[in-house]
Amino acid sequence: MLNIDLINTYYGQIHALKDLSLHIEKEEIVALIGSNGAGKSTLLNTVSGVTPPRTGSIRFNKTEISRRSPEKIVAQGIVHVPEGRQLFGPLTVFENLELGAFLRFSRESRKDIEKDLRYVMELFPILKERREQKAGTLSGGEQQMLSIGRAIMGRPQLMLLDEPSLGLAPLVVIEIFNVIRKLQEDRTTILLVEQNARAALRIADRAYVLETGRITMEGNAKVLIEDEGVKKAYLGNDYREKRRRL
Amino acid sequence: MAPFTRKKETLFLIIFALAIILIPLFVKNKYHFMVMNIVGLNTIVVIGLNLLIGFTGQISLGHAAFYGMGAYLSAIFTATFGFPPWPTIVLAMIITGMVAYFVGYPSLKLKGHYLVMATLGFSIIVHIFMVELDRITGGPSGFPGIPHLSIGAFVFDNDFKNFYLIWTFVFFCILVSVNLVNSRVGRALKAIHGSEVAANTLGIDTDKYKTKVFVLSAVFASLAGSLYAHYITFISPRSFDFYYSIQAVTMVIVGGMGSVWGAFFGAGLLTVLSEFLHVAEKYNIIAYGAILTLVLVFLPEGIVVGFYNFYRRRKIKSMIEKRGGEFRV
Repeated sequence: MLNIDLINTYYGQIHALKDLSLHIEKEEIVALIGSNGAGKSTLLNTVSGVTPPRTGSIRFNKTEISRRSPEKIVAQGIVHVPEGRQLFGPLTVFENLELGAFLRFSRESRKDIEKDLRYVMELFPILKERREQKAGTLSGGEQQMLSIGRAIMGRPQLMLLDEPSLGLAPLVVIEIFNVIRKLQEDRTTILLVEQNARAALRIADRAYVLETGRITMEGNAKVLIEDEGVKKAYLGNDYREKRRRL
Repeated sequence: MAPFTRKKETLFLIIFALAIILIPLFVKNKYHFMVMNIVGLNTIVVIGLNLLIGFTGQISLGHAAFYGMGAYLSAIFTATFGFPPWPTIVLAMIITGMVAYFVGYPSLKLKGHYLVMATLGFSIIVHIFMVELDRITGGPSGFPGIPHLSIGAFVFDNDFKNFYLIWTFVFFCILVSVNLVNSRVGRALKAIHGSEVAANTLGIDTDKYKTKVFVLSAVFASLAGSLYAHYITFISPRSFDFYYSIQAVTMVIVGGMGSVWGAFFGAGLLTVLSEFLHVAEKYNIIAYGAILTLVLVFLPEGIVVGFYNFYRRRKIKSMIEKRGGEFRV
């Protein structure tokens, strides 16, 4: 569905993504793990057109999209849930959700959009209660839910999720990840960037490991989660082993 | 941001229309009519500018130029070439809109201070044209003899008749803005104000909407300019200089950014204020400045939104205290 081929992205002089290639198949969840500054968010920004690549190609359903502007890419069916939610604080929950469906109003009937609105409210019942509240007054978890809900309103084929668990309470993280799984069941393809590598690898089908702008490892998520190198670098110390050494 | 619900807005529109109809029954003084008419013209400019500044978050210091273009285009086409006034107003709006498009398209790619500078530069250029093209514009001494507007044999030739004319236009401008703000496009504008990148990732073509709203605000200013020319029948470059742009931006801020009704109150308050301050002669600029500073310090959201929030906070406070809680800000 998405084929990225040898892209190079720069921030001014800084070479952020180096000859990076990856592919995502329909209805997969693909996780992207890596430490701070590895280029995970940059990759998502490059796909969504916010920081276009200098060279290389990105094909989505066989159409070249790497030279298109962000709004054209959204129209193709890729919606980005940016890091730090990027909600419109002074607008209500409802208005934020309607903005998610911005491009659909001219092409689709009001009814279809309202159907998706109900779907989002089912996924996140708390948003229904808060619908008239300003987005800026929501808690961190609710804001993340709204941010994902807003993306769903664009009815994407591919959703780019950037750090959905950032700064959230463990219980909320579980809820968000359950929704991600539910989205996959409802046939949305997902590219997931996460610091919480263990949680990401648990729900992903495949994963890529990114280090300083290059992909250093890729494979089945169930295999990667057992990989010694990945364990050491991203999954934290295994305390049982530590105790044995003592 | 806009603190009113749709139902309340309909109510306000009805009250506003009634006020326009009834006010002349109580006002007899010619001078008062003139002040109200100037308030009306400023309101039209400020409503347009508020769509740009308050809702979309783009600041323009060039709206005196669009106001002036409307006035001069109407004046030149009707008085010099004998065009009929009403179609000329539309023609002036179209020409000004096109100029705004060509100015806005490149400059709206600029952000913050740079956009302000670009629009400021443009308004200075237009002002120079008004002064220097004296064969066409009358130069610094102005352009006299502009015909009044008329419908059939009915000529809008005094302050009282022009009151109805101008305020009818104000009413429709408010109606258009209120509807625009509550539409899908209005939400897109607010989204651009919030974050252009985020708006982009939702599929909003930010450049397109910024340019469109810039053109719309210029067209509003042009309409006000044309009405001004036909009302006063004399125009001079002094009315459309850089200070007018600043005044218009100030009216937006004092009235309340992101509130259509704020535009009306901002224009009203500052126009009336500067009339009152004529009494203070050379000190009037000081008083004007002091009032501005006070508003910005104590009601940074502008008077309309500021007082509304103040009222709401008091209501919430009394609600909480009734239940025995303590209210802290």
